[in-house]
Amino acid sequence: MNHILKFNLNGEAVEVAVKSNEKLLDVLRDKLGAVSAKFGCGVAECGACTVLIDDLSVRSCITFAVEVEGKSVVTLEGLQADGPTKIQKAFIKHNAFQCGFCAPGFIMSATELISKNPSPNEEEMRHALAGNLCRCTGYQNIVDAMNEVAEDNKGGVK
Amino acid sequence: MDNFRYIKPSTVDEAISSKREYGKKANFLLGGTDLFIAMDKGVITPEVVIDLKGIKTLKYLEEKDGAIFIGAAVTWTELIESEIIKKMVPALWEAADLVASVGVRNTATLVGNLCNAVPSLESGAPLYVRDAVVFLEGKDGKREVSVKDFFTGVKRTVLKDDELMTGLKIPVVKEFGEVYIKMGRYEGEDLAQAGVSVFVDKNNNYKISLSAVAVTPVRATKAEDFLKGKKLTDELAAEAAELALEAIAPISDIRSSKEYRIHMCRIMVKRGLIASVSRMETGVPALSTRLI
Repeated sequence: MNHILKFNLNGEAVEVAVKSNEKLLDVLRDKLGAVSAKFGCGVAECGACTVLIDDLSVRSCITFAVEVEGKSVVTLEGLQADGPTKIQKAFIKHNAFQCGFCAPGFIMSATELISKNPSPNEEEMRHALAGNLCRCTGYQNIVDAMNEVAEDNKGGVK
Repeated sequence: MDNFRYIKPSTVDEAISSKREYGKKANFLLGGTDLFIAMDKGVITPEVVIDLKGIKTLKYLEEKDGAIFIGAAVTWTELIESEIIKKMVPALWEAADLVASVGVRNTATLVGNLCNAVPSLESGAPLYVRDAVVFLEGKDGKREVSVKDFFTGVKRTVLKDDELMTGLKIPVVKEFGEVYIKMGRYEGEDLAQAGVSVFVDKNNNYKISLSAVAVTPVRATKAEDFLKGKKLTDELAAEAAELALEAIAPISDIRSSKEYRIHMCRIMVKRGLIASVSRMETGVPALSTRLI
């Protein structure tokens, strides 16, 4: 079954022809040029494909593209449209990337966390980010970056 | 994955009539976190997918008439963010918070978890100890089924081909304590190696349920009967934990050996009993119920 899918991608209305069996991740990457979301495990375990749908983090590798009809989808390209965000700057400062493959997913999940809880403690951070895997095992630097964001949001010293 | 017909009805009646039309060739879709993967792997190959997310009447979470009502479209995240669930069904809240990851919990639903009916399901034990009732609706009308009668085996339930679980209810109780303890290898995705829920009320009625250690969740009725009316002591908790093991039949698999599951169930039931009683008496469990 074919569809003309209409949704909002990174603030812009888009229209794209898809089949029912196409996954959102593939449509974003191959048809709409939003390549920040990555194919990692393909079974929702690693978080590399994380995008925001109506402000909630979702695994685009197990989402049918047709499910986002009429919704708002944000990828890293949308987040950084006006330059790196506070979270991205903290990731850069703390070298929270090694190979970088997991970083877009981590930043999407971190963005959702901070939007719901601007100053999470470390336990809350690790719990919220538990579904994002970094196979370089660079977790501590990510937590350091997030701690800085959390402190800054409290109005603490940088 | 083969292409399929995607339909998104706006009422339960439309969804049921589509399912009746296509029968086994059609699958219902809610969060899709299980369905998508099964389709991607070719385990199931539906010709029609009926997306239930367009049905507004399936999205409810409220307390009324002595029960908490949860609609089929309610996600794990919505349960976690609900004060009703946190205060009135804390074991289910603890289970919800341990389902996979945030990205999965944002779309996956409690009802989907029940309908997939894998033995390791997170929702089984907390709902068993509260005697939850599920609402099924099909071409022959509506029926209510105790959650304990819903599962018939691994990935098998009493749902008929044309039936849909529209939601469930959990009776409201007062002056009680309950917990859910999950044993898993790591946070973020892992399925339970074993799960234990324990409930106690002020009259010392105990309910104990275990999941991932039999083909369906089970109630440890022998242990419950042994404890009935008794004020819990560490010794009684240990004895009850031994009796609870008679209710389970774990297997060895990729996640854990049978022997380890039995060993840990003994510990988890004992800890669950102590933690439930202290949650009832003081509001917080006396010891951590987090193993991962």
